[in-house]
Amino acid sequence: MMILVTAYPLGYAVVLSLFNYRLTDPTGRSFAGLDNYGVILRDPIWWNDFATTLMITLITVGVELVLGFVFALVMLRIVRGLGPLRTAILVPYGIVTVVSAFIWRYAFAIDSGFVNEWLGLGDFNWFGNRWSAIFVICLSEIWKTTPFVSLLLLAGLVQVPEDMQEAAKVDGATAWQRLYKITLPNMKAAIMVALLFRTLDAFRIFDNPFVMTGGASDTSTISLLAYRQNVTLVNLGMGSAVSVLLFLTIALIAWVFVKGFKTDLSRVRGDS
Amino acid sequence: MRQSRWWTVAGVVIVTYSFFPLLWMISLAFKPPSDIVSGDPRFLPSAWTFDNFSEVFSQPLFSRALLNSIGIAAIATLLSVVIAMFAAYAIARLEFRGKKLLLSLALGIAMFPQAALVGPLFDMWRSIGIYDTWIGLIIPYLTFALPLSIWTMSAFFRQIPWEMEQAARVDGASSWQAFTKVIVPLAAPGVFTTAILTFFFCWNDFLFAISLTSTNDARTVPAALAFFQGASMFQSAVPYVMAASVVVTIPVVVLVLVFQRRIVAGLTSGAVKG
Repeated sequence: MMILVTAYPLGYAVVLSLFNYRLTDPTGRSFAGLDNYGVILRDPIWWNDFATTLMITLITVGVELVLGFVFALVMLRIVRGLGPLRTAILVPYGIVTVVSAFIWRYAFAIDSGFVNEWLGLGDFNWFGNRWSAIFVICLSEIWKTTPFVSLLLLAGLVQVPEDMQEAAKVDGATAWQRLYKITLPNMKAAIMVALLFRTLDAFRIFDNPFVMTGGASDTSTISLLAYRQNVTLVNLGMGSAVSVLLFLTIALIAWVFVKGFKTDLSRVRGDS
Repeated sequence: MRQSRWWTVAGVVIVTYSFFPLLWMISLAFKPPSDIVSGDPRFLPSAWTFDNFSEVFSQPLFSRALLNSIGIAAIATLLSVVIAMFAAYAIARLEFRGKKLLLSLALGIAMFPQAALVGPLFDMWRSIGIYDTWIGLIIPYLTFALPLSIWTMSAFFRQIPWEMEQAARVDGASSWQAFTKVIVPLAAPGVFTTAILTFFFCWNDFLFAISLTSTNDARTVPAALAFFQGASMFQSAVPYVMAASVVVTIPVVVLVLVFQRRIVAGLTSGAVKG
């Protein structure tokens, strides 16, 4: 059934993407071959959205990994209050993404927000400029998903053998050397899983840009483009072509991870 | 000693990181709408008011959406957990061909870009008449929740010492007793954790909710939030959106507070050898 609900619509999308087909003009359905793809790939809008998505993915995943690792280290070392700390860190994870997006949007908005007041920025419009808007979108995304990353990394961190650390310490290795030579290599599996999950997830980002800018100021992402073509403009032929391209991109990223970086999920999972 | 104090400070920083935006949400939810129009951006309200909550609940947009959210998420979670229970049981206890393939496939679907399905589902649901209905949302939720459930639950089930069932039988328990007295208590935490994570997923969805609904009939809270308006054209909707946000955040906070340990186990079960 799972396959039915994903594979069938995907196949249907492939078929639709080969047609000129708008719901507002049902009789005007005609075969277009690969024209839709040609139009999209020649259109700067697609490449713009692609670049935005890629940028958001790189920034959020990068920051989340570093910040998540720091959080995981703190959770590993903290003696008292681990319970409350884990509870606190799980709250952003459980928050509805749309809610998180609204919280951050209102914090930065000109009329309701405190950020401009605190930073002395007057009436700077964060959402009127591409880079500042992307900054706020990333902030919301990072705030919500870092907890997930840090918990995954913590699970890897506890498996790093403590005696190896001690031995290195005795041998006079600095903290940085121990981090690079012992800690990170030993938790490579957990890092790769977190990286894979988060990259694929970040690449389909939709909620945050939708709520914050609706795609204005050049902050539209590929998912947002697919939504707009399919649902707002009911241009199903073109929309389906965007959907198929999105799917292919994600599949390519997954393939690079699994084959290129040898992220062996089944081994990581402990199946044998 | 100095070392451990430093880590405690770091812990406090993380707690602040988690709760600061929530404080902002709560502050906005209790602000009188006039606080926002005045263009006097302060962190705390000038006066605390419950009016935003009563206003929000009086709007059918929200009260109906809350009902939809609860109903759809509950049904999707229940179905998904029940089906996943059988699948995970089979994966944990039986050796069959394609077991690994099934698990990889489950993971593949969980990582599938939802936006790629929106167009075709939109068209299909309209033509078969389940656009803007509960079932029209439950089906895609199940599709994505089920792999997640199977994945998480089979990680839990793998750790269950199944021999205990045999042992109970040897000790004279009937097979029903062995099942209810031994297996159910061992499996319950995993099933329960899976249910919480699945519920979070359904509760959180926005893309399907906004694409496959058009009226209050099936619109869930995340989608409804995007349609909120102020009490009048000249009033800001901000406090209402935040009041509604507080309401949908409460179940999440309660679940996290009560089941913190289990949720952590569930989130990481698929990631490292358990």
